[in-house]
Amino acid sequence: MRLDDLIYHTGEWLRGTGPHSNIVMSSRIRLARNLAQKPFPNRATKKGSISILETVEEAVSGIDYFKKSTTFKIHEMDNIDKQFLIERHLMSHEHSMNTEGKALIVSDEEILSVMVNEEDHMRIQVMQSGLNLNETWKIINSIDDALSKRLDFAYSPRWGYLTACPTNTGTAMRGSVMLHLPALVMTKQINKVLSAIAKLSFASRGFYGEGTQAQGNFYQISNQVSLGHSEEEILQNINGLLKQVIEQEIQARQALMVQNKPMLEDKIFRSLGVLKSAYIISSQETVELLSMVRMGIDLDVLKDLDRRVVNELFITIQPAHLQKIEGKKLSASARDTKRASLIREKLGGV
Amino acid sequence: MQCDICGKKKATVHLTEIVDEQMSEMHLCEECARTKSVQMEQQFGLSDLLAGLADFGKQVKDKEQTTLACANCKLDYEEFKKMGRLGCSECYTEFESHLANLLKKIHGSNRHLGKAPGSIPVAHKKEIETINDIKHEMQESIAREDFEKAAELRDKIRGMEQEDKS
Ligand SMILES: [Zn+2]
Ligand SMILES: [Zn+2]
Repeated sequence: MRLDDLIYHTGEWLRGTGPHSNIVMSSRIRLARNLAQKPFPNRATKKGSISILETVEEAVSGIDYFKKSTTFKIHEMDNIDKQFLIERHLMSHEHSMNTEGKALIVSDEEILSVMVNEEDHMRIQVMQSGLNLNETWKIINSIDDALSKRLDFAYSPRWGYLTACPTNTGTAMRGSVMLHLPALVMTKQINKVLSAIAKLSFASRGFYGEGTQAQGNFYQISNQVSLGHSEEEILQNINGLLKQVIEQEIQARQALMVQNKPMLEDKIFRSLGVLKSAYIISSQETVELLSMVRMGIDLDVLKDLDRRVVNELFITIQPAHLQKIEGKKLSASARDTKRASLIREKLGGV
Repeated sequence: MQCDICGKKKATVHLTEIVDEQMSEMHLCEECARTKSVQMEQQFGLSDLLAGLADFGKQVKDKEQTTLACANCKLDYEEFKKMGRLGCSECYTEFESHLANLLKKIHGSNRHLGKAPGSIPVAHKKEIETINDIKHEMQESIAREDFEKAAELRDKIRGMEQEDKS
């Protein structure tokens, strides 16, 4: 697989099906793993990092899950390609900097990816569509088991998996779920919900990564604590919390439908109308309108649209994606034009 | 040093911020620090954790001035405090007593209850953990020069290990 092969199809996790997929975009679990005694990436020499990468590559080559995977060496990539992988949620922004010895291993359908030599030697990630943490855990757990037969992981019985940052020590697991909560935002209940989440020591942040305001009404919720509970327990806690958030979003949507159906329908159809007819559009405006359209599909107000098409647009309207599709560097204003034409094409506009 | 946010006033507040699993240092003036902490509280509810980390920094400084360093990767403890990153798996052994406090502050616990590499059955794993706990308690007793307690714990461990073999 070449990087350019990714342009024309998006990850399996965007397919828009699975439990609660009207509200939950995707479930993701990340495990951090290090090799015993080898310096962590922040203290490794260039030679050391390269040797870690070789060890990891050899270990994964014998494992079924990695059969159809590709390794991308980050230092060989240009900025647009790196940004492209970040936009697909396959790697972090940090992984695109100080790239010597860093690599990204990506499986066929982008279900599985491994950042090698990011903050830890390995950051293994599995993503699934909908609320599917249990299934996601099953997959990543067996991948981890297979890897642990081939690699000597840094582990202590007392503290579990040892990571570069003590905030990850223990299970070294981060489970996160991407939620679409437009009705809680529209009914101004979102801050109440987010502060309840924070009190329970879960983190929430936006769809487009660190530091961004939640855009398109997407919120990613993940566990903060990684030590003192088993993996299953942590995931159960996230599930329990999510069920409540989902329930609140459902209620808010129903309330909007009952109390102010014409307003809601107007908003949804106008959003679709603008997306279908705009010739210049910013990414900010796009995600706001797409969010309304997505809710329109969920509420059966829009009947002929596929959720997957809308999900994919959230990814493909980003700068690096537009430039990869166009096959060349585009200025900000050229991107706004390209974005509008891509959206019209996908939504069947004028 | 000037404030990282406004760049104008003198930085008097130094804090460690954790965003998307990244820990970073910030140097702020009092006014920006106040705004920042309100923001963070709303967004992440991390203020307790941050207070814990700052506190941990102070505590260590008072107690210990000698440099403690990892024999394997040469990271010294002062540097860890600055960067918030450990250097290798052996750092966890070298800095054990400090990390026990820090981990407890971050996670509310410092006992791993999750999976282990390979295929150690869970029941057996729990037992190993218990033994390790007692071993650790024994070492602490020795450090306190409470040899009576240490001997008692040693016998307990022997008993458990024997039981394990039979
Ligand atoms: Zn300032
Ligand atoms: Zn070390």
